[in-house]
Amino acid sequence: MSQIPYDRVKLARDNARPTGLDYINNIFNGFMEMHGDRRFSDDPAIVGGIARLNDTPVTVIAIEKGHTAKERSHRNFGMPNPEGYRKALRLMKQAEKFGRPVICFIDTAGAYCGIGAEERGQGQAIAENLVEMSTLCIPVISILIGEGGSGGALALAVADRVWMLQNSVYSVISPEGCASILWKDAAKAEDAAASLKLTAEDAKSLGIIERILSENDIGKKEFYDRIRSLLVKELGGLSNDPDLVGKRYDRFRRMGVNAVVKE
Amino acid sequence: MALMNFLKPKNKLEEGGRTEAPVQQDEGEPEKNCPNCHRDIPLSRLWANNLVCPCGYHFRMKARQRIKMTADKGSFNELYGEMISDNPLNFPGYKDKVETVRVASGEKEAVVCGTAKIGGQSCCIFVMESYFMMGSMGSAVGEKIASLFEYAARCRLPVVGFTVSGGARMQEGLLSLMQMAKTSAAVKRHSDAGLLYIAVLTDPTTGGVTASFAMEADIILAEPGATIGFAGARVIEQTTKKTLPKGFQKAEFVMEHGFVDDIVPRGNQKKILTELLKIHNGG
Repeated sequence: MSQIPYDRVKLARDNARPTGLDYINNIFNGFMEMHGDRRFSDDPAIVGGIARLNDTPVTVIAIEKGHTAKERSHRNFGMPNPEGYRKALRLMKQAEKFGRPVICFIDTAGAYCGIGAEERGQGQAIAENLVEMSTLCIPVISILIGEGGSGGALALAVADRVWMLQNSVYSVISPEGCASILWKDAAKAEDAAASLKLTAEDAKSLGIIERILSENDIGKKEFYDRIRSLLVKELGGLSNDPDLVGKRYDRFRRMGVNAVVKE
Repeated sequence: MALMNFLKPKNKLEEGGRTEAPVQQDEGEPEKNCPNCHRDIPLSRLWANNLVCPCGYHFRMKARQRIKMTADKGSFNELYGEMISDNPLNFPGYKDKVETVRVASGEKEAVVCGTAKIGGQSCCIFVMESYFMMGSMGSAVGEKIASLFEYAARCRLPVVGFTVSGGARMQEGLLSLMQMAKTSAAVKRHSDAGLLYIAVLTDPTTGGVTASFAMEADIILAEPGATIGFAGARVIEQTTKKTLPKGFQKAEFVMEHGFVDDIVPRGNQKKILTELLKIHNGG
């Protein structure tokens, strides 16, 4: 286990880690990819479609970084454009219509910072996902498998359960971004990583996630088998919950630490 | 400011080659330089015009000034005024920063919430405060806004919200990020109850606030010239190594791209808000 939080950031970004499609292909059967947001284009940074979890039909969505240099460039290094988030929402709405649970795999430095992304409403696309996911009438489980970069990650994580891989990170801003804004020095990223409390253990103790997944056998068959069993078990419980949406509301509603001043 | 201006040549405007007539002013009256037309405008004149320069430039406005401008006289009742953020991560320097900002801004947090009447129409109102850590959203801002939408849903009131924000407050880490989900869920419940939410985006509305409740209103208005976007322009320039198009992320540009219903100058806002509230209130 790593000593400092910034080491976790490096591990979370490691090119050798399994990517979204590895999880989809190893956990589910017969994945059929569905493309496009029906509005503008198909964003290769987000893949989504229908598959079976054992025998149960599910909708799966993953942010995909790619492995080779060519793949990574094609996937825009896992930084989605608005149409990626809109595709994800389209597939989630479809899942709701047909009563399928949704499983999301998240791995992004953040939503793409581009001219076109702004022109096509990056902020609006993320906002719409947050709004619509809050009332989806089907179970949603989101798993952070690498980087969980800010709003671009949260846009797929308004879920009933959020799990993190042991060496994934989840943060409001990258440590480099934080260091350069607060201390005008991106080299202080190590300090920022420690201050931001972005490790899986931090997220769990802050009540942001429910479960940390061990990486001891990452990429091996047992690793994917274990995640599959956990998903099956968890979805079994969630699918029978008549107050699923109410509990999802409460899950996020209680997050935050406030004080009251009397003067 | 005023003192500095004594030292400047009186015919500064002509020097700059501008054709506008010099602004009449009394000797020694405090004034503010307009970043758009570069004229020094007497503060009294700006105040009389809701901090809008004669050239049309909208200066930033404090939350309570905006409430005074928008709400009917004596109608504003503040809610959750005692709620503040803690320092849950023990983030270095955060506590001191907040204390300093509290004294300087006179506000306890970066949003002011309450009930009010606008043109006789009852509503809930929130106004973000640019003078408090640039309206950044931490736990308290998220809690106040979520609570306000819940209150409005219970009392069947519309919500009028003025946004100004640099985004999520990084000193509260993930807890700040989660406020985006929390506020969005509260907006959805209010919306599902069939109630109206009007957002007025003011300069600047960016980051996690754009990517949550700023962009979730039934009707989205913006002030002229306001910067509205998700990522910061500088970050985009550095990431893409491209020159940004003219007017990028300005309210006019954002409306042209379909994300804002209309641009409403400050002087017209109360009239427009009143009419919209009336129309949705069966009148």
